[in-house]
Amino acid sequence: MSGKAFIPRDSLGAALDRLSKKIEVWVPAMSEEGRWGVEFLPYRPGMRPVLDRQSTLSPKRVVFPQMETLLRFEYIKDPDDPAKVKFRLDDGQEVKPQFVFGARPCDVRGFFTFDRVFTEGPFVDGYYRNRRASTLFATLVCGEGDAACFCSSVGSGPADQAGSDLWVTPVDGGYVVEALSERGREYVALLGDAPSELQEAAARKVQEEAAQQQVGDPDLVKSAPSFRGRFEDLDYWRSMVSQCLGCGVCTYVCPTCYCFTITDEGKDLKGERLRSWDSCMFAQYTSEASGHNPRPTKLERYRNRVGHKFSYFPEKYDGMIACCGCGRCIRSCPVSIDIRKVVQELKEKANACA
Amino acid sequence: MHNPYLPYPVRIESVVTESEDRNQKTFKLVFLNPEDEARFRYMPGQFAELSVAGQGEIPIGIASSPTEKGFIMFTVNKVGKVSSHLHNMQEGDIMGVRGPLGNWYPWDTLEGKNVVIIGGGFAFTTLRSSIVYMLDPENRSKYGNIDVVYGARMPGLLLYKEELAAWEQRDDINMHITVDGTTDPNWKYNVGFVPTVTKEKAPSADNAYAIICGPPIMIKFTLPVLTELGFPPDRIISSLEMRMKCGIGICGRCNIGTEYVCKDGPVFTLEKLATLPNEY
Repeated sequence: MSGKAFIPRDSLGAALDRLSKKIEVWVPAMSEEGRWGVEFLPYRPGMRPVLDRQSTLSPKRVVFPQMETLLRFEYIKDPDDPAKVKFRLDDGQEVKPQFVFGARPCDVRGFFTFDRVFTEGPFVDGYYRNRRASTLFATLVCGEGDAACFCSSVGSGPADQAGSDLWVTPVDGGYVVEALSERGREYVALLGDAPSELQEAAARKVQEEAAQQQVGDPDLVKSAPSFRGRFEDLDYWRSMVSQCLGCGVCTYVCPTCYCFTITDEGKDLKGERLRSWDSCMFAQYTSEASGHNPRPTKLERYRNRVGHKFSYFPEKYDGMIACCGCGRCIRSCPVSIDIRKVVQELKEKANACA
Repeated sequence: MHNPYLPYPVRIESVVTESEDRNQKTFKLVFLNPEDEARFRYMPGQFAELSVAGQGEIPIGIASSPTEKGFIMFTVNKVGKVSSHLHNMQEGDIMGVRGPLGNWYPWDTLEGKNVVIIGGGFAFTTLRSSIVYMLDPENRSKYGNIDVVYGARMPGLLLYKEELAAWEQRDDINMHITVDGTTDPNWKYNVGFVPTVTKEKAPSADNAYAIICGPPIMIKFTLPVLTELGFPPDRIISSLEMRMKCGIGICGRCNIGTEYVCKDGPVFTLEKLATLPNEY
């Protein structure tokens, strides 16, 4: 096995058909009736993956579903003694191996933030860990950044291979695929025949060009340490967040936003405990039963969001920024709040003071 | 490995109404499986998620002491959906407990030290755990003087009244029980706010640590008193509350800056709190 394959463009469907017989495959595709853009969906024969632009939603849901069952519970009446109730809890989770085909480097990098929080302890989230461990990524060398992209600003880039199992390079007439991990290697031969030398050379050229690209301001994160100095500057935060609607779309589309809530749903004597995506931009998120809310307005909430990604998280996790630079929050924000500007300008006050 | 989201099943052994306003009830819980009790090894200051399937979960400080075997105990204030439901549950009912969670009061550091405990209202739960723990014959010699200032608005709102009375009788703990006000002619203890009584009793800061839990307004006015008495910020210890879901440092909502109250707390020194944003 060479660990490389070429998929002619018009055979992509056939290649994914073969792959999907072996393993569940997720591809970026137009959402139902094209309602709100491109999302990752389970591949079915005949489906047309959208690989020429970044997906509207990241593949976050493949590993971290928007809603999942943590526990099932049941109260069972004892027929011999109706006053007695037995209680049963079940936390079984079914995890299938799955393959994400057509993610971008930023999408894959998003999971690194999850990994630190969900798997490093002191407690390990088995639901996440199991699904993460059984998910492979075939990642596209990224060529089509737009004005909202800033992956290089946060230490990544269009040719960042970290976390990927297969490396998919678009060339004239198709895709050159190469294995980056041992478990990725098993699937290469399924996808196509070995590439020609010319195709390999073309792929190398695309990769080199991608690696040269600087996507976003390289100095952006240098402003991040100024966060603490800006914390009490309420005028600053007010000016940045005055337009915010608190809709939460920035967290919903974000590949690194991992916050969730837990709720119980049930009827009569049976039910489930569910985990669902939540958002730090919602007032309810921190609202206590007593009525007290430590982050009562959008100012505190947005400030915490920026602080978490660019100051708190790196402080806890060896300088790692909890942002993958995909730009989705910028593209999707209905009032055009740009987190790059908010981070960048953290610094200016600090300079003025110095 | 045990799934941290999976509660241990427990049976409610007893329910005691603690306060005259009936807003605080104490639940004694017994593990259905003895191996779960063995796994639930805790220290005073930790909390647990009380879990009622179909209702949800609430993070509550553990009021029993690890020196008390065979049960765990929680005093729950009736305020939201789960706590209101819990208040209507009965002896014999089955529910769940996840934990123990969070850090604890620094018992290693406190060895050989005098300990001043200051509590207000129904925030006396993990303080009760601490007092029972220190008074245990196995432990009492490890600590120096123990001073306790505990206040409530009125006598009927004090928790654990029988134990308070018993501790009053002992000579190895100095109790300073107080109420904001009372019309009870038989009231034997202090009248006055916790900060005032703390100032009056003036427990020495010499070789001492203070642990303080209570409503924010009490803490706000007691801290200057402690400072005046000579307690430096690294020897004033408090326990915080925040809205929580997972309780294990993952779901995101209980952070104060870099720290998660559920995982890095709930116990913090005043010195540490001074480095964090004022968002709690």
